[in-house]
Amino acid sequence: MKALVIGCGRVGSAVAKKLHGSGWTVSVVDETEEALGRLGENWAGEFHVGHGMDAAVLEEAGIAGADAVVVATDGDNTNIVVAQVARLRYEVPNVSVRILDPARAEFYTGRGFEIVSPTRTAIQELTASVLASGAA
Amino acid sequence: MFVIVVGGGKVGTNVTRTLLGMRHEVIVVEQHRYRYEALEEEFQHRAIYGDGTELHVLERAGVERPPDVLVAVTGDDEDNMVIGQLAIERYGVGKVIARVNDPRNQPHFDLLGLQTTVSATSMVMALIEHEVPEHELVHLLELRKENLEIIEIEISEEAPAAGKRVESLRMPEGARLISVMRNGKAEVAVGATELRPGDQVLAILEPGKEDEIRQVFLAKR
Repeated sequence: MKALVIGCGRVGSAVAKKLHGSGWTVSVVDETEEALGRLGENWAGEFHVGHGMDAAVLEEAGIAGADAVVVATDGDNTNIVVAQVARLRYEVPNVSVRILDPARAEFYTGRGFEIVSPTRTAIQELTASVLASGAA
Repeated sequence: MFVIVVGGGKVGTNVTRTLLGMRHEVIVVEQHRYRYEALEEEFQHRAIYGDGTELHVLERAGVERPPDVLVAVTGDDEDNMVIGQLAIERYGVGKVIARVNDPRNQPHFDLLGLQTTVSATSMVMALIEHEVPEHELVHLLELRKENLEIIEIEISEEAPAAGKRVESLRMPEGARLISVMRNGKAEVAVGATELRPGDQVLAILEPGKEDEIRQVFLAKR
């Protein structure tokens, strides 16, 4: 199975390493060469320097044959566009995307890709933990 | 007419000023503080500070009314795409004009349903092609809604069409000649018009017919 991880920050790099550890072929895309350092000293997968919206970079990284794409750059709007491009243009079956803004996360729900919104999760969990303490 | 302009850089500021001069109602949204302050000084309450890709900022600008036109002209293509999608799909804005900063992103705009786009780079390139004669087939105008485009072709010495009358050309389905320009004078193309080397021909066609047109006009004999 082949996965593309776009955005190699704290989240993207950790996801890439976990997938690789589970036997996936992983190809990582990030704007900066330095991001490669987050993958550890002996990264055995592919690493491509370039912008996630650049179709040439996505194709070089092998998006056409990918089983899954994880989009986790630090820009919500970049992530939203790249996720739709992966799903609609390259018809990748499994696309997961990080969207921090809960409002945009809700608007883009139900379009054939999985949305992970850490902000929304934090809001829910923090509220629930306070409410739980009040009930006790 | 009520227009929302998102992005208060050079383009956004001038669009806002021009529309206001035409007595339209305009709101301009800008996310950088230093630019917003200049906009507020000139346009007062018509300038709004905030990130136009945030729903509550768009709503503060009046997107729910909705505007007759929304113009997304920030310097970031991903922002312009998201603003356009929100305007059309969530708020039912009928007309959205989006700026393409990097022409390589044009296919993404098309993919996401943003039909009306403006790209300064592409326009400059089209003008360069128009001025540089070595390009034999030049795209002059794209009519996206109509799914048609207008191209210009220069007839060369060895072109198969040279010396032929328009009515004898085997034009592909979905393409028509408009005019023939010779020695600086243009005439509407009719069946009896004879094409000569050096003529500049305008044609209207469905996108994707360029290759067939090339064979009629440009292929070497």
